[in-house]
Order: sequence, then C-alpha cells, then structure tokens
Amino acid sequence: MRRLFPHPVLTGVLMVMWLVLQQSIGLGQILLGGAVATAVSLAASPILPERVRFRRLLSLLQLVAVAGIDIIRSNIAVLLILINPRAEPSAGFIKMELQLTNQFGLAVLACLLTATPGSAWLEYDGERNTVLIHVLDLADKDEWIATVRHRYERLLLEIFQ
Amino acid sequence: MIDALPLWLAILVSVCVVVGAGLTMAGCLGLVRFPDFYRRIHAPTMGTSMGGGLILLASAIFFTVTGQRLVIHELVIFLFVTVTTPVTLMLLARATLFRDRIEEARETPPSDEAKD
Amino acid sequence: MSQMILDWSLFASQLMLGVGMLASLYRMVRGPRAQDRILALDALYVVGLLLLVTLGIRTGSTIYFELAMLIGLLGFVGTVALAKFLMRGEVIE
Repeated sequence: MRRLFPHPVLTGVLMVMWLVLQQSIGLGQILLGGAVATAVSLAASPILPERVRFRRLLSLLQLVAVAGIDIIRSNIAVLLILINPRAEPSAGFIKMELQLTNQFGLAVLACLLTATPGSAWLEYDGERNTVLIHVLDLADKDEWIATVRHRYERLLLEIFQ
Repeated sequence: MIDALPLWLAILVSVCVVVGAGLTMAGCLGLVRFPDFYRRIHAPTMGTSMGGGLILLASAIFFTVTGQRLVIHELVIFLFVTVTTPVTLMLLARATLFRDRIEEARETPPSDEAKD
Repeated sequence: MSQMILDWSLFASQLMLGVGMLASLYRMVRGPRAQDRILALDALYVVGLLLLVTLGIRTGSTIYFELAMLIGLLGFVGTVALAKFLMRGEVIE
C-alpha cells in the first residue's frame, strides 16, 4: 500500500482534478483518473523529497480563511494606492528570520505572500533561515514582521511541523 | 437557454465580471505607473488573485445556472493561475536580484555572502 | 432586459481587459530592462486568459475553457523558461 501510494495527498489531488476536468463522477472516469493519478505520483516520487503531512486540518481551514480575507484586503489597499495619482508608496525590503523549516510550509508561505498584492517573497536563505520580502507600502517594518509571524507562520508551524 | 435568463443571475454575473475586470485592469495600469521593477511586481497579482477569481466565479455561476448542472472546472484554472503566478514572480525576482547585484545597482539589498 | 444587462457588462469588462492588455503591452515594449518585459508578458498571458473566459460567457459555450487553460499552461512554462534564462543566460557577458 505504502509502495503503491507514496504520496497520498498528491494522488488524491490529481484524481479530484481529473474528475473536475472531465466533469463527471462515473465509475469509468474514477477508475481512469485513479490510474492516472497513481501513475503520475509514482513517477513524481523520486523528485519529491518527503511526504506531506497535515497535522491539524482545522488550522489548515483557518489558514485558508485568513489568506482569503488578507487577499481581498490587500487588493483593496493596492487599488487605493493605484487610483490615487499623488500616492507615492514607500516601498521597502524586509529581512526576517523564520522558525519554519519544513519545505512544504515554506513553499505555502512563499506562494501566499507573493499571491497577495502588496508583498512579494524574493529570496530565502536556507543556511541562516532568513527570508527577504519586498513590501509595496511599508509603513512600519516591525508591524509587518509581527503580522507574518502571528498570522501565517504560527498556523503553518501547527500544520506542518 | 438564453430566453429564460433570470434577472438576478444577470446582475450577479455582471457585477462579478465588471469588478474582476476592473481589478485586472488596475493591476495592468500599475505595471505602467510604478517606477521600478520591485514595485511593479506587486501589480499583476491583483489580476491573478481577486480579479481572475471574480471573473472565473462569474463564469462558474453562469454555466451552473444556465446549464442546470454543476460546472466547476473554472476552479482548476483559478488554482492553476494562483499557484503558478507566485512561482514565476519569485523566479523573476530572484533573477532580478542577481542581475542587480552584479551591476551593483542602488537600493538593492546585498546578499548575505557579500556581507560576511 | 437581463440579456441586455449581461451583454453590456460583458462588453464593458472586455473593454477594460483590452485596456489592461494595452497597458502591459506598453510596458513590454518600453522595458526598460528585460525583467520588466517578462513581467509584462506574464501579465499579458493572464489577461488574455481572462478575456477568453469572458468570451466564453458571452457566447455561452464552454469550449473556450480548454483554450484558456492552454494559455495558462504555456504562459507559466514560457515565463519560467525566460526567468531561468535571465539567471543563467546572461551571466557570461
């Protein structure tokens, strides 16, 4: 079982994606999608370093909700900067240290910060565990660091580590 | 199909599409307006996060109601776009940092190797 | 009535997306540097994808999704390749 499904999360996601794309939940599509998902996850297993493990599903849901709210909020904030012709946002770089070391947690944090308009993940230093973030409207550096720590990193630590 | 288009559906889909397109347009105008690359990198994510999300949501609602069945394969496009755009932006940003450090441009944060 | 509302709002949103495409095209032509052009190209891909989705709502056909997805895939692969080229290709100058 373990050998056939080395990455159960990946297999499940691929199968759901297949069914959504085919727009049917007939038995034939389920079997075909399962076969494709199993084959692909087996083919991908040599390049995937470790298994994804979700520790707390509730924190995952909370993270999705927090990310959705923040994306809407920052969209409005960036829109307000854009439509105000005199606004000169004080952009700046932040270098901060992270406690998170899990690869998948870091990947999720990077995608989250970059997908939010107004902040972008630039560079990660694996040896020192520091990350370089660029923020469009940087009013208070420490406040930003605290936001990343408490809003995202805490939840990601609960989920992945 | 078209004859029985209910009014609430038309208004809902219209609002979603117009707001989404407006946000996407604002993001693209941000590409023109912002003065340097690191600021410009924030602009296109408006189109891929909320702008694109609203347009795809409108499409999903429209086809679900008019087709009388659940149509959610917009979700795949949305997930794909929201996951891939940060990846490309991060790669571009790293390439830019690398080039700026070689050219020793102003306002570029130094790499840790250079500091030690 | 409702068809008219839908038609006009779709027209307006397609117009806005067209303006967005022109804006990113301007940035792509003007530069000033290679990374700005690639960033604008990526934005152009995404806006083109969304334009196809609105076209799909307008014509009431789901065929445009496959095209939109294809554009998304090609845009991702193309932009990643170009970004990689910026890192590795122009190192030796």
